[in-house]
Amino acid sequence: MAALLSSATAQPLVKYVVTGDAIPDSLTGSPGDAARGRAIVTNRQKGLCLLCHTGPFAEERFQGDLAPSLAGAGSRWTEGQLRLRIVDSRRVTPSTIMPSYYRIDGLTRVGAAWRDRPVLSAAEIEDVVAFLKTLRE
Amino acid sequence: MIRLVLPAALLATGFALAADIPANERRSGFDFMSSSTQQMQRDDTLNPAMLWVAEGEAQWSEAPAAAAKSCASCHGDAVGSMRGVAARYPAFDERRQKPVDLQQRINLCRETHQQQPALAAESRPLLGLAAYIGLQSRGLPVSPPQDARLQPARSRGAALFNTAMGQLNFSCAQCHNDNWGHRLAGSPIPQAHPTGYPIYRLEWQGMGSLQRRLRNCMTGVRAEPLPYGADELVELELYLNSRAAGMTVETPAVRP
Repeated sequence: MAALLSSATAQPLVKYVVTGDAIPDSLTGSPGDAARGRAIVTNRQKGLCLLCHTGPFAEERFQGDLAPSLAGAGSRWTEGQLRLRIVDSRRVTPSTIMPSYYRIDGLTRVGAAWRDRPVLSAAEIEDVVAFLKTLRE
Repeated sequence: MIRLVLPAALLATGFALAADIPANERRSGFDFMSSSTQQMQRDDTLNPAMLWVAEGEAQWSEAPAAAAKSCASCHGDAVGSMRGVAARYPAFDERRQKPVDLQQRINLCRETHQQQPALAAESRPLLGLAAYIGLQSRGLPVSPPQDARLQPARSRGAALFNTAMGQLNFSCAQCHNDNWGHRLAGSPIPQAHPTGYPIYRLEWQGMGSLQRRLRNCMTGVRAEPLPYGADELVELELYLNSRAAGMTVETPAVRP
């Protein structure tokens, strides 16, 4: 019963501090895993990234062209800038179509399966940040 | 050409209203399809939707029950009597005092004049009748009624089109006004003009209504889909039809 309750109850989001256009500190307090991050980025049900972005993933067909390429993202942005752009990109650029991956407030008609859950967990976001930092060119 | 005047109340609520697509830049979803899918729609002997049309044609002159009238016993030959009808829907219904779409109109006719239970949403007979009636408007311009009673519902439809929703927080407008022609994964984003419904959709391997398609999009942005027949869906259909006013009806269309 306790397990049932905990799985049915949304986890509260980790609090974070925004400094300038970045979240300097890891959401989990530890670095993410780049290999896991790559798997999330290329998973169309999980990270959803390639629906809009292209990237250096030769094996992935049907990449989107709605957003900048992920190639070189690790050179263009600091770790903290990447983190905020995944967590809540609309805070940096209100008109962007990039969804906020770690936000559950201010949403309308969220489907039952997704209600009160962020798109990615704090640990998954750290994995994605770690992977994107490896995309140097 | 119908010009939509958005009410001040809508503008004042702070919707990020995307710019409408200029009339001369409007394009049917047909234009975004591969040539082989276009060919499937162009040739009635290749278009799978024509199977539903054939069933609808048969239903048109069949009495649904022993004592009941057929569609044809009131409306005669659909080729003449239904010409241009689908191009006008959704339209205002006096009895319900609100807009109804073509499939709701078919069911109102069934309940009122044939004393039959309504056909279920997305059922084969309902899609067949809608496709057969829709075919009688093929080639005609989308012609939403100039009926002031529709305006409040049409404005609500416009507001919904511009409302971000779901976990991914997208509005219809963000994709279909602002980013049409770009590729979402491999697929070009069309402008969302409902010129060919009901459609045969390759992804469905079957026929479906505009409401089914709208519900698909809602699921895609991880929103709770509105139930079939919801007023909000009819209002969105109404808005989309006025947005597509003057474009050519393609029913029954094929889409990827």
